[in-house]
Amino acid sequence: MSEKPVLSSQNGPYFGQFGGRFVPESLIAALDELDETYQAAKTDPAFIAELSELNRTYVGRPSQITEVPKFASLAGDIRVFLKREDLNHTGSHKINNVLGQALLAKRMGKKRIIAETGAGQHGVASATAAALFGLECVVYMGEIDTKRQALNVARMKLLGAEVVPVVTGSKTLKDAINEALRDWVTNVTSTHYLLGTVAGPHPFPTMVRDFHSVIGHEAKAQLQAEHSLIPDVVAACVGGGSNAIGIFHAFLDDPVRLWGFEAAGDGIETGRHAATLSEGKVGVLHGAKSFILQDEDGQTIESHSISAGLDYPGVGPEHAWLKDIARAEYFGITDDEAMQALKALAETEGIIAAIETAHALAGIIKFGSSLKPGSSILLNLSGRGDKDMETVGKYFGFIGDTNE
Amino acid sequence: MSSVETIIRENKSKGVDTLIGYFPAGYPTLEASVEACVAMCEAGVDVLELGIPYSDPVMDGLVIQQATEVSLATGFKIREISKIIKAIRQRVDTPILVMSYWNPIIQYGVKQLAEDLVSAGAQGMITPDLIPDEAAEWLQISDEYDLDRVFMATPSSSTERLAKAANSSRGFVYGVSTMGITGTREDLDAKARAVVSGVRDSRTSTPVCVGIGISTAEQVSEVNSYADGAIVGSAIIKAYNEAGIDGLVNCVRQLKTGK
Ligand SMILES: Cc1ncc(COP(=O)(O)O)c(C=O)c1O
Repeated sequence: MSEKPVLSSQNGPYFGQFGGRFVPESLIAALDELDETYQAAKTDPAFIAELSELNRTYVGRPSQITEVPKFASLAGDIRVFLKREDLNHTGSHKINNVLGQALLAKRMGKKRIIAETGAGQHGVASATAAALFGLECVVYMGEIDTKRQALNVARMKLLGAEVVPVVTGSKTLKDAINEALRDWVTNVTSTHYLLGTVAGPHPFPTMVRDFHSVIGHEAKAQLQAEHSLIPDVVAACVGGGSNAIGIFHAFLDDPVRLWGFEAAGDGIETGRHAATLSEGKVGVLHGAKSFILQDEDGQTIESHSISAGLDYPGVGPEHAWLKDIARAEYFGITDDEAMQALKALAETEGIIAAIETAHALAGIIKFGSSLKPGSSILLNLSGRGDKDMETVGKYFGFIGDTNE
Repeated sequence: MSSVETIIRENKSKGVDTLIGYFPAGYPTLEASVEACVAMCEAGVDVLELGIPYSDPVMDGLVIQQATEVSLATGFKIREISKIIKAIRQRVDTPILVMSYWNPIIQYGVKQLAEDLVSAGAQGMITPDLIPDEAAEWLQISDEYDLDRVFMATPSSSTERLAKAANSSRGFVYGVSTMGITGTREDLDAKARAVVSGVRDSRTSTPVCVGIGISTAEQVSEVNSYADGAIVGSAIIKAYNEAGIDGLVNCVRQLKTGK
């Protein structure tokens, strides 16, 4: 047992065979600069103090832990604790990473940030940081997502960002990342690409994870202090994987099961899903080697999910590694399972989660009963559902198609 | 020695401009792409850069994106690349370098593709999203099969990285003229000259050709005055889109001779 490698000390560029920097040479200097700036900032007391003060006074950290017994009873004789990232300023975990990177952009003297967004939460967080720090901000968003997350488009515009609808390819998150990369290749000296998840070339997977690891470290201490327990399972939804790795990381070397829930869309068997870790093959996409939904020719297959934030055919390399070494388990959750779980949490506990997050809630309902009675689950409630009310309203018929 | 390098050197010693022309395989159909490539070679490109279409081409502007999307939509598969190369090779001797993003290659198998390229008569590969640092497998296999390999040298590359790109390349090293993606630009950056002289300062013997944004005959001859060749893609595809094979042939002739 003492021979066990320390998983939590693993940093990029590689996690096992995964990760790396598969990008055009044009971007290497910027990635090197970012890595150097980050390495210096990470141990600089001034940077650490500035970020933690922002986290406290602007984001509202630490986010609280809420026990949800009525919801838990739907999953059997277990206890469920929610880490309330939905209560952060801007409504999701995304702000943790954005503030960290925005401070780095300032350090590098870059006056312009660009970002991709799916659900719009990362775009909103980026636009927020840009307003706060006086940076120019351009957000690339698939045209389909600009429609299903229209409310977040309005928020970004109100915050002063330019939102560019992307009309190429599948018109969702994958193509928004392509467009952001093209912008970055062109404007790399003036611009920081504020990538919103733990995917992409090194140093993004490691750096974004570090900025989110506050989630797991806080939760671990809070559960100890408030409930005197170590959870049996830590659970989260997985799109690119940032909220999941954020809560997993503090527990990587502990005897705790890690469950990640990805979008199974219409069902894995239909082929219309975004279950990259369950169904993908090893390849290179957006700068890193990881699991990817692709055909035998290495062409990316378009993903499908009711949740814009999980609708992505790739996943961060650290998750690929954690799956490969069987440290974490990943499961697919269908659109309908997620929507029913979203409704269940709202009805039983008065908390409206984002559709992304609802995939993890559904996972608990689905697999919670397989645990020993009395087990406890810590779940990352990564975001709130306000942005999703149109989709939810239509799904459950609260917003009728018949006009009264 | 690489036949690509030989041609580039011969052109230089004769005072002739070197033109490298890009066209996507399977655009707009398999057969039509063979015709277009043969016509380009006959009209004067010195090296043919044959693109493998990819779903996520982050180095490419709209013209190439749209062309490769058409190719994929009409059902292009990588296994057809040998067939296309052979069909071109039967009719012209122009060296062929395949241009591909890295994921299609690793899914097909680096070694398998190398074998296919050799037996079909292609000379090597240009890999826009593969840096030498990540290329161990390709470096080894391209040596084993004696294939050319072209890496990128860019305006943002450090002195060490320019040297690394040049020394890892065979055939030529791809000097990126400006920060940006493929497409046509009015003015070529002064940065292109800096990239070329940076590569030369590394005392490599590898020729350096310049691409990204080149669209006019004046630019081709200007680039050839300080570099070893000019690479053109989007402008040729545009000409083809507007006026078919005739348009493409006129465009290539003009680019090559300035007339
Ligand atoms: C609330 C919420 N949770 C989760 C995600 C998925 O991203 P990740 O897997 O990086 O946490 C998103 C992405 O938009 C989101 O908005």
